[in-house]
Amino acid sequence: MNLAEYRRAAGDWLRENAPTDDYPEADGITRAKEFMAKLYDAGYSGITWPKQWGGQGLTQAEERVFAEEARDYTLPTYIFSIGLGMTGPTIVDRGTDAQRERFVRPLLRGEEIWCQLFSEPGAGSDVASLQTRAVRDGDHWIVNGQKVWTSVAHHADWGLLLARTDVDVPKHKGLTMFVIDMHHPGVTVRPLKDMSGRANFNEIFFDNVPIPDEHRVGEVNDGWSVAVTTLLHERLSISAGVGMGGQKDHPASLEALRRTLDTSDPLVHDELVELHIRSRALALFNQRLAQETRAGIFPGARGSAAKLLLAELTLYQADLATRLVGPEAALADHPLARAISMAPGMALGGGTNEIMRNIVGDRVLGLPPEPRVDKNVPFKDLKVGTQA
Amino acid sequence: MKLVLSQEQQELRAAVRDFLRTASPLPKVREGYDPQVYARLNGELGLSGLIVPEEYGGAGAGMSELAVALEETGAALLPGPFLATAFAALALSQVPDKELQTGIAEGRIAATFDHTELSCDGGTASGAPAQVLSGGEADVLVAPARDGDALVMVAVELAGPGVTRTALETLDLTRGQARIVLDGAPARVLGPAPQTGVFDRLCVALAAEQLGVMRAALDAIVAYAKIRVAFGRYIGSYQGVKHKLADMHCKLEQAESIVRYAAWAADESPAELPEAAALAQAYVGRACFEVARDHLLLHGGIGYTWEHDAHLFYKRAKADEVLLGPPRIHRARLGQLLEL
Repeated sequence: MNLAEYRRAAGDWLRENAPTDDYPEADGITRAKEFMAKLYDAGYSGITWPKQWGGQGLTQAEERVFAEEARDYTLPTYIFSIGLGMTGPTIVDRGTDAQRERFVRPLLRGEEIWCQLFSEPGAGSDVASLQTRAVRDGDHWIVNGQKVWTSVAHHADWGLLLARTDVDVPKHKGLTMFVIDMHHPGVTVRPLKDMSGRANFNEIFFDNVPIPDEHRVGEVNDGWSVAVTTLLHERLSISAGVGMGGQKDHPASLEALRRTLDTSDPLVHDELVELHIRSRALALFNQRLAQETRAGIFPGARGSAAKLLLAELTLYQADLATRLVGPEAALADHPLARAISMAPGMALGGGTNEIMRNIVGDRVLGLPPEPRVDKNVPFKDLKVGTQA
Repeated sequence: MKLVLSQEQQELRAAVRDFLRTASPLPKVREGYDPQVYARLNGELGLSGLIVPEEYGGAGAGMSELAVALEETGAALLPGPFLATAFAALALSQVPDKELQTGIAEGRIAATFDHTELSCDGGTASGAPAQVLSGGEADVLVAPARDGDALVMVAVELAGPGVTRTALETLDLTRGQARIVLDGAPARVLGPAPQTGVFDRLCVALAAEQLGVMRAALDAIVAYAKIRVAFGRYIGSYQGVKHKLADMHCKLEQAESIVRYAAWAADESPAELPEAAALAQAYVGRACFEVARDHLLLHGGIGYTWEHDAHLFYKRAKADEVLLGPPRIHRARLGQLLEL
């Protein structure tokens, strides 16, 4: 099938099968799982994943075409996004054949939901300083500790867990990656209410949770390199969604603001021109990165520049819109009150702006790295977390 | 929309870059316009004829290719009438003239364009454009002129009678301007002045040069940040420096995206050109100056000296930012086009 035919078939399938209604969260999981199974059976889940493990074995080109066709729909795939974007590709890249056999197909078909367990209260930007311990006990590992910022954990069947397995070596060298059963009674999932008042994240507590050794991903104490694989997929899946529309419905978008504001006021006028300039500049950069990717030029760390710019635009835009609209933007049920409350999220999740600038500086511009005081110190002697 | 350079465009870029690296390095730029370098640029690389149609002896290329060339001449701070001639060639692409376009393609004629309206009467032109880009070096001025009720485009030989040229001392040491007074100077009417399209193309061409200026400025300070040591460390390892450089890189990425888009619009999608051109000047003009400014500041005291090259970029960036009018006009135009 050539690409044009693929596009037509994908478009036809979406027209017939993509949900068009909004439905309550309560029905969400069941309906999302039903949809995901249909999507998989039609061949549109795991388009580029290896055939052997349940994928379609096709190329980025087909995946791109499907994404373009799907852009006009809101597919109920959010709860699967961690599995599809991060943990699944990690299992494919770094797992054992038994793990691939066991986990990949149910993940692609939406039968099992995944979450990612890396960040901790004391380990955010510096995630390699994490303190959750996994201690070997025969053919099992026993896990104790706490994770945070975990999306979809309250629905998850499995979690990809990064834990410390050796405290006598420097921090990057004592980590191991595991797949953990989120239904074990020793796992406690608590919703974490963020500053916008929503609970999109969770904090997770582990109390003597056993993990069979066959659920270890990669070698013992080689978890950091596995995590790097996951984080690479994370950044790609974030930047792939960047600038792909959705802006029109945003209450701080130019389209929304021009409908409500008096644009004959020259000050308002110029602020909106500035908003347009910044939005177009980033949208065109994202389109250029996408075109480069299609031409086989891998964006690599330049994706971090796009992520940084998106974070800055999000903050600027919500801030500007609230200032232009005035007092009513300060009422909790105003869409802009929500927008300004959610705005900092983009600058913190998936790497803070400061981390993004480090990445652009180090890997795009090739600047000398910051001197490291933690590189050769055994973890047990290292200062970590928050210390008075 | 095409935002990535083709193989041919990359080869063009490499050829122009290599040529300028040896023919016009920065120490030479300080000495100003060298007609020999300019002649070689046009002879060996055929750059002056890049966008001249093939029937007039040019390469028949588009704005996308011109943008690639201008980015490199901008990065090299090439002195002389290359941008001015490109401006004139862009105007002539809307009002074709075999004699001028052939001359430009062959490298015989350096031209300039100025949007100050002249008055035209029976084959002569009068007027006083106050700041003509490369007006001292150009052989021919192309400009709009009022002829009775009609607005026409005229060409005036600047070495001819009725022309007084006064070279101006400019902020930008690398490129000159001249005050020109025309008092009944012989003028050739090329045709009716186009309603639209000329100014937009100048905006895009200038943005391409600005992209080159900012890229070269960023490259220079990144290179310095990797070798300059303070307090026992390379300054590029300090986040105070590194983060600023990362922000400058972000501006460069966006500027390049806009320039590619605007050049594509000029070639392939005229309906999008006015907005793309206004966007190009509104964003790239400012970004270029900001990057050139921060590149100078991050050099520290050495960047404030006459002998260092930083001020050459800083001054070119400022001169470019205001070349086509106060930058607010591009923002105003954008607002108008968006029907805000």
